[in-house]
Amino acid sequence: MPITTEFEYLKPKDMDEALHVFSLYREKARALAGGTDLVVHLKENLSRPEVVVDIKALQELSGLTLKEGTLRLGALTTFSELIDSPVIKSKFPLLWEASLTVASTGVRNRATVAGNICSAVPSADSAPVLAVYDAEVMTRSLKGERRVPIGEWFTGPKKTALLPDEIVTAIELKLPEKKHAGCYMKLSRYEGEDLAQGGIAVLAFSDNTYRVAACALGPVPARCPKTEAVLGGNKLGDKLLAKAGDTILQEVSPISDIRSSKEYRLHMTRIMLGRALEMAVARLFGKGPKYGTENIC
Amino acid sequence: MKPHNIQFSLNGEKVALSVEPSDVLLDVLRGRLGIKSPKVGCDRGDCGTCTVLMNGKTIRSCLALAVEADGAEIVTLEGANSRKWTQKLQKTFHAKNAFQCGFCAPGVILSATELLEKNPKPTSHDIKEAIAGNLCRCTGYEPIVEAIAETAKGK
Repeated sequence: MPITTEFEYLKPKDMDEALHVFSLYREKARALAGGTDLVVHLKENLSRPEVVVDIKALQELSGLTLKEGTLRLGALTTFSELIDSPVIKSKFPLLWEASLTVASTGVRNRATVAGNICSAVPSADSAPVLAVYDAEVMTRSLKGERRVPIGEWFTGPKKTALLPDEIVTAIELKLPEKKHAGCYMKLSRYEGEDLAQGGIAVLAFSDNTYRVAACALGPVPARCPKTEAVLGGNKLGDKLLAKAGDTILQEVSPISDIRSSKEYRLHMTRIMLGRALEMAVARLFGKGPKYGTENIC
Repeated sequence: MKPHNIQFSLNGEKVALSVEPSDVLLDVLRGRLGIKSPKVGCDRGDCGTCTVLMNGKTIRSCLALAVEADGAEIVTLEGANSRKWTQKLQKTFHAKNAFQCGFCAPGVILSATELLEKNPKPTSHDIKEAIAGNLCRCTGYEPIVEAIAETAKGK
């Protein structure tokens, strides 16, 4: 399918040049990193930019580093880079686990985490994981830098807090100081490549506190604070899981679409929450399946 | 639109051409450079028939702009014989008659090549994961997985 929209292609060599382009073209400019969403949008005329700005020559956007407990994912970091990184596998295994569920290798070799949250579809696999790690999105324009908490990033389906003259430069995650373990549970129609019908990310801490976030179960991926409050301070048990299951159903608002019905999503939300919590706690004590094991089918 | 003069290595040979910003890599490879192994399937990144190697990694050529190939090394199945595993894979697939219609074959072989380069002793799960993005509508997945496993074992 040819792209019928006519646009100019620019590949700025430094940040200043790039920011000038976005300052000038604003909504009419689109950043191109992996292109796995943008090119589809261009083909389907969902996006009609005047200029496509390839940001892959901007050195400061690449690389991932862990320094003093803060993980910085440059905006060009692909899901394959996360999967291949020993730092991610050992220190942020939940992010590693979720990355494995994103599309397929050929897509992950180009698709970036920053692109995933900029596309901001409700089913973004990276989003609930970033949410439970309290990630912050670093943005930049000619006016300066901003640091947006992930909880304020998603403003609606496919909508974000990114301003028209800004680009995302990095995503930062804090390595929790307390002992913790996690689980990302993704419900999809078949094993392998599919968008989430629903996703739940859990971090469980040694002091019996929990962080829970969901994707594809509401208009935006989000933390579930009421569920976290019900769980907080308690050891998992059947009664607590039942109560948490009741609570999370008040916090999600799934729709029926081509991938599943609202009723099925609600039914599975409770089940996924319970299994993800149990798996995260098992991992906390060195038990449970290895990260990356198919955990729902 | 301002055309761009680009140069890249295609199967080991330098090519130079002028492309429009909106030209898609897959269409340029097939329509202008005579490279027919990458196929137009879903044309939106789901099916894997358009797989090519860009700088050693499999990508969806239907989701790359041609202008992005400037300076890159592109290898398609036509030029993949220099890679360690490609011919071995082809021989095993041939011996086992592991493909039916063959439409997905170039993408599967390149995905398997990338897998074995990184992980020469894959488990069955590793193999399935590596080709999860290559759809075979003859649904002949079992012999495909077996052929990759046998190639890795050197049978």
